[in-house]
Amino acid sequence: MKIQVMTNILEKNDQIAAEVHERLSAAGIFVVNLMGSPGCGKTSLLENTIVGLKNEISMAVIEGDLFTAKDAQRIEQHGVPVVQINTGGGCHLDANMISTVLDSLDLGSLDLIVIENVGNLVCPAEFNIGEDVKVTVLSITEGEDKPLKYPLIFKQASAVILNKVDLLPYTNFDMQAAITDITTINPHAILVQASCQSGIGLPEWYGWLKEQIRMKKTRSI
Amino acid sequence: MHEMAIAQGILDIVLKTAAENQVAKVTGIKLLIGQMTQVEPECLKFGFTALSMGSIAEGANVEIKIVPLVGLCNSCRQEFPVENYCFLCPKCNSASVTVVSGRELAVEYLEGE
Repeated sequence: MKIQVMTNILEKNDQIAAEVHERLSAAGIFVVNLMGSPGCGKTSLLENTIVGLKNEISMAVIEGDLFTAKDAQRIEQHGVPVVQINTGGGCHLDANMISTVLDSLDLGSLDLIVIENVGNLVCPAEFNIGEDVKVTVLSITEGEDKPLKYPLIFKQASAVILNKVDLLPYTNFDMQAAITDITTINPHAILVQASCQSGIGLPEWYGWLKEQIRMKKTRSI
Repeated sequence: MHEMAIAQGILDIVLKTAAENQVAKVTGIKLLIGQMTQVEPECLKFGFTALSMGSIAEGANVEIKIVPLVGLCNSCRQEFPVENYCFLCPKCNSASVTVVSGRELAVEYLEGE
């Protein structure tokens, strides 16, 4: 007996992601799913973003990590609400993990939630977690070949941050090749060359993020 | 290894479908996996074998069809195979391209008795 099924394997995750998105949209909150390799500078970008936007934007952070609360502790020092999710070895966050921690945030007071995913260029790209946008961080020291090696995470991103550009003089990173590859994989993503050490490029990132938050608020009203 | 999470999703769908159709033993499962998914087929089969042990889907033959990545240009309506992940239309160079196939992660059908 043959039974036609034709069901999306990630349907259950996508349903929960849609519920999370709906709940956060109703509260007018813009949600970023921040992705990238371990050590690419996701947490540093986040720390800079908190400091840079603190006076204008009310934000909270959900930290995904395999086992530790190290990143959450870094975020906490900046005085923003942070929730830690430990995946216990799991390589990505899924929608249900986000759904279960939402009650611990004061949603009525927030403009922005940044969810820092587990450091990984592969798995997080496949799971929607209720975000408005995915943002992918690639650091110069990882090499310019990564977009073609891990195309999905770059294809899914609304913004790509090329981080640690202050290190360019010390590497053989081919910036033109990186830009060409990212823009052919994903012609619609904005691409920001930034350094969390020197601060270069960060105002452009803040500007883009603020505009997204403003548009989300306008849509929610 | 997120294949385990995907394998669990497959098992959930298979067991639910089998129950709905009074299938006592699942013998075969056909999966559609898009070319642009982050799924390693052998890893997925291994995960499914492990998870399905002791269930009515234990020992089922898992067949995987890889679905090629195809784009459709919204400007000139050209359909084209996406090569080297270049999502620009090869005919008119437009960046407005919709992915027609290649992102599938689906259970197409199952066989049982």
